Parts: sequence; C-alpha cells; structure tokens
Amino acid sequence: MLEYVAIFVMFCLAGIIAAAIIGFSHVLGHRTKSKTKLAPYECGMTTTGPTRRRMTIRYYIVAMLFLVFDIEIIFLYPWAVVSRRLGLFGFIEMLIFVFILFIGYIYIWKKGALEWE
Amino acid sequence: MDALIPASEFRWIVPEMILTGFGLVLLIMGCLTRGPVASKISGVLCIAGSLFALIFTVKMWGMNLDIFNQLYTIDNFGTFFKSLFLAILILVALVSLRYADREEIGGGEYYALLMFGVLGMMVMTSSHHFVTIFIGLEVMSLAIYVLCGLLRSELASVEAALKYFLLGAFATGFLLYGMSMIYGSTGLIDVVDLKKYFLMKQPFSATMFIIGLGFLLVGFGFKIASVPFHMWTPDVYQGAPTSITAYMATGVKAAAFGALIRVFFTAFIPFQFGWSEIIWVLAVLTMTVGNITALVQRDVKRILAYSSIAHAGYILVAFITGDRGEASSMLYYLMAYSFMNIGAFTAVIVVQRKGDNTSDLDSFAGLGARHPFIALCMSVFLLSLAGVPPLAGFMGKFYVFSTAVKAQYYWLAIIGFLNSVVAAYYYLRVMMYMYFREPIGEAAGAVDRAPQYGLVMLICMWALLHMGIFPRTFIVMAQKAVGIFG
Repeated sequence: MLEYVAIFVMFCLAGIIAAAIIGFSHVLGHRTKSKTKLAPYECGMTTTGPTRRRMTIRYYIVAMLFLVFDIEIIFLYPWAVVSRRLGLFGFIEMLIFVFILFIGYIYIWKKGALEWE
Repeated sequence: MDALIPASEFRWIVPEMILTGFGLVLLIMGCLTRGPVASKISGVLCIAGSLFALIFTVKMWGMNLDIFNQLYTIDNFGTFFKSLFLAILILVALVSLRYADREEIGGGEYYALLMFGVLGMMVMTSSHHFVTIFIGLEVMSLAIYVLCGLLRSELASVEAALKYFLLGAFATGFLLYGMSMIYGSTGLIDVVDLKKYFLMKQPFSATMFIIGLGFLLVGFGFKIASVPFHMWTPDVYQGAPTSITAYMATGVKAAAFGALIRVFFTAFIPFQFGWSEIIWVLAVLTMTVGNITALVQRDVKRILAYSSIAHAGYILVAFITGDRGEASSMLYYLMAYSFMNIGAFTAVIVVQRKGDNTSDLDSFAGLGARHPFIALCMSVFLLSLAGVPPLAGFMGKFYVFSTAVKAQYYWLAIIGFLNSVVAAYYYLRVMMYMYFREPIGEAAGAVDRAPQYGLVMLICMWALLHMGIFPRTFIVMAQKAVGIFG
C-alpha cells in the first residue's frame, strides 16, 4: 500500500489548494453585485434565453454515433503501428473489422439517424 | 509471445462467425425492408443460421485447445453451453415467427439482436480470460437491453429496458471492478494463470483480492438474479416482450452461471471455505425469497419470474459444495430449466392477446376444457418446474440436492427440499385455475393458435420427458463438460 501514499498526498494537496483559492477569494475578494455580474457566464457574451433549455434528442444520437466511430478510429491506431509485421493477414482482418462497422453505418443511414430535419 | 495469430485458428470460431454473419445480413435486411413477409424471412434466416452454427458447435465436442494467445478456449464446457444457447435461440426464434409479428416488433433487427445476444453468451462461456468474459457479457447485455424495450408503446416495456439497463450497467461496474482488483493483487488476468499462482502461493490472502472476489460475486449475482440482487427480475421479466422473457430467463441465466462456474471452479477452489459461507446465505435467501414472494403473485409471468429466482437458488446449492466432479449437476439443471421455462413462457404467449403484455391468472381459467393440448403442455412444464418425476425438473433437483448431501451440507439440502414443497403450491395453483375454474370475462378462452407454438411446446415436452426418463446420456455429457476442472 505504501506506494500509493504519494497519490493520496497529491489528492490531499489538490483539495487543500482548491479550497484555499476559493476560500481566500471569498474572504479577501471585493464584491460588487450588479446584474451582469450575477448572470451565468457565457464566454463574455450577453446571456440569451433561459439556462435550462431542452435539447433535441438528435444531439444525443449524433454524439453516441460519433463515439462509436471515434472508437473505431482508436482501434485502427495500434494496428497501424504494427501493420508491417502483421502483413496482408492483419490488413484483411482490419478490413473485416471496418466492414462490420460499415454495415452499422449503412444501418443508421437508412434508419434516418443522420437526418437533421 | 508472438503477435501473429495463425489464420487456421479461425476455424475454431466458425459458429461465432456464422452468427455474426447472419446477424449482419439480418441487420441490413432490417433497414432495407419492412412488413410481415420480410419479418418471416428474417426469422427463417435466423433459425437457419443458428442451425448451421449448432451443427458446427456439436462437431467440436471433445476438442480441447486454447486459441488467440489464450484469449479464447474451445473445450467441452464451452461447447456444452454453446449448444444450449443455440438450442434456446432456435426455440425462441421459432416462437417469434408468430409472436413478433403479432406484437409488430419483428423484422431484421429483432432477429439480429437475438443472434448477437447469443453470440455474447457463447463468447462469455468459452474463455478463461477475464477480458474476453467481460466483452462477451457486454455483447449479450447490450442486445438484451434493447430487446426488453421493443414494445415501445407500452410503458412497462420501456420501464423494463431502462431499469435493466441502469442496474445492469451498475452490476457490470461491480464485475469489472472485481476483476481489476484481482488483477491488482495478483498481476494476473487469466483464470488458469490464477489457478497456478494460487497453487504456488498457498496460503494466499490479500485484502484487495478478497474484496475483488466479493465484487465478482455481486456482478455475477445480478446476472443470475440471486437475492439480494434480484429486485429487477420481476419487473423486467414482466415488462419485456414474452418471447424475450423466455430468452432472458434461460439464456442469460445459463450464460452467467456458465461464466461463474468456470471462473470459480477453475481458480477459486482453494478459497472455497471462504466464499461457500457467503453463498450458503445467498442460496438460502434466493430460494426462500423467490418462492415465498411467488406465492402471492397473480400474474403468471411474474410467478415464473420469481420461480426463476428460486431456481437460481437451487443451482447455487450445488455451487456451494465446490465439488468439481459434481458440477455437472448444475449443467444438467440449467439444461432442464431452460426447456421448462421456454415451454412455460410459450404457453403464456399462446394465452396472451395481441397488444396485451399482461398474463393474469384469470386468463388461464378454464383452459383445460377449451384447449386441452395447451393446458396439458403447460401442466407438464409446471410439474417439471415443481420437480415432479418423471420429468427433467425432478432429476435436476434430485441431482443438485444429492450433491449437497454428498458434500455434507445437510441443512442446505433440507431447506432446499422444504422450498420445493412451498414452490409446488404456486405451480399447482396455475394448474388449478386451468382445470377447476370456469372461464372469466367475455373474451375468455380465446387463444392465439399457431403451429410454431405447438412445435416449440412439443419439443420442450419431449426434451423434458427424455431428460427425465433417460437422464444418463445428458448426465454423462454434463460430466464430460466439467471434466476440464479435473
């Protein structure tokens, strides 16, 4: 367990530093309560509309589909590193892998998951 | 270790490749076609693919080798379970030919998901590597999360899917955490390596390892629906489409038990004195809570759900002993259990009406006089579940309890016997409704007759009678399957 002590110390330090920064600014900070200051921060732009807007479910679908194909790309990396050693056999294996995901792509396309309107 | 995998090793996973191939074809069919004809073709393709896979699987009986750098294993244990899953798939697909069309959930995706689910089960039970087991479990679970919620217009079905997904994801987290803790304390992630490691390092005890073992039990306990991880079972089994309930109650349970038995009986036998006490309590609770709660249920699907919890308890009775030779009793029991449950759920499907996913006891009233064949089939399945000779359910119980007696767990066997007596009440209650009650309501007695249902029920009935009267072949098969632990 001893080798984990360092991690534990780091956790504690991180907590202390975060608490200290917030605490100091709370105690020492100068506060002016104007309307602009209390509004939710939005990259320096003027806030528009309510904060809790309902998002259309399409965002989630697109995000989910993105994840699947993103992970596919990540799986291609380790193959690419050793592709010379694996040779033609490895190449065919990878093609099959991509092909299976390609069928998934056709499926979501035909099902209309990629249509926005 | 060489990174290269010889191409010849792929011939050992032909059944898995067949399932994947057919599943992909069905998926494409699902998005390009629609309508009842396309659904029928999909169903037939699914059955054909499963039959092919079954033929190739059965041919592998007797093979014993590790492939893909020890990530995958072909042995009798895996082959036994794979054949069972494929048989379940064929029966469920047969039922679905009619049921899925009736409920308008059929089509390519439905059958593709059934096949991918079985693919996951097959991967799960044929590896002694934690990572492969986990991947198999996830492939299986993801398919079933979707299948549960297919009745999209029914609130109960959506609830079932969401509930199963959330709790399932949580349980999977436990399982993965357990695996990682065992890996953290030993540095090994292969069950066979762990076995060798414990043989050298006896006595081995590390707090992290013990906690990991506990987490592993929680994860598997959820999938086999043992008390206290059973809360999802009745709601999910009731809400899911009935064909999927049959698929889950048999396939998922068998797969989870398969992986559990393989992991524990390979590596963790030296710690049997530790985990057997915990599972002793779990088994008694699982049997008792399942049976007592089933007594007050009025929905037949719910009764069968609680009965499936109780049956998990019976199987755990044999699991506790840690007797590697007698592990065959669990395999035999799972096989018998699968056939009686698929049969019973098929009978429920027959009695259910379109768009009505409930199955109140009243809908079975008077079935004996109006539809004697269906009532007879249901009675056989219920009697087998209750453990009445000469049916397979009796042989299974006898075999499981005698394993406990042999290992001198007398109290456990006695509690098991008492539980079977309690269970007989609610199984016989359904029979009482079928034979001694007058039909209730105006639409009473209307059933969905179709040759597919009849065929499935006949197959299940034949299997139960055959396994009950001539159990030798099956017991020898199960004993050969557990020979890998020897």
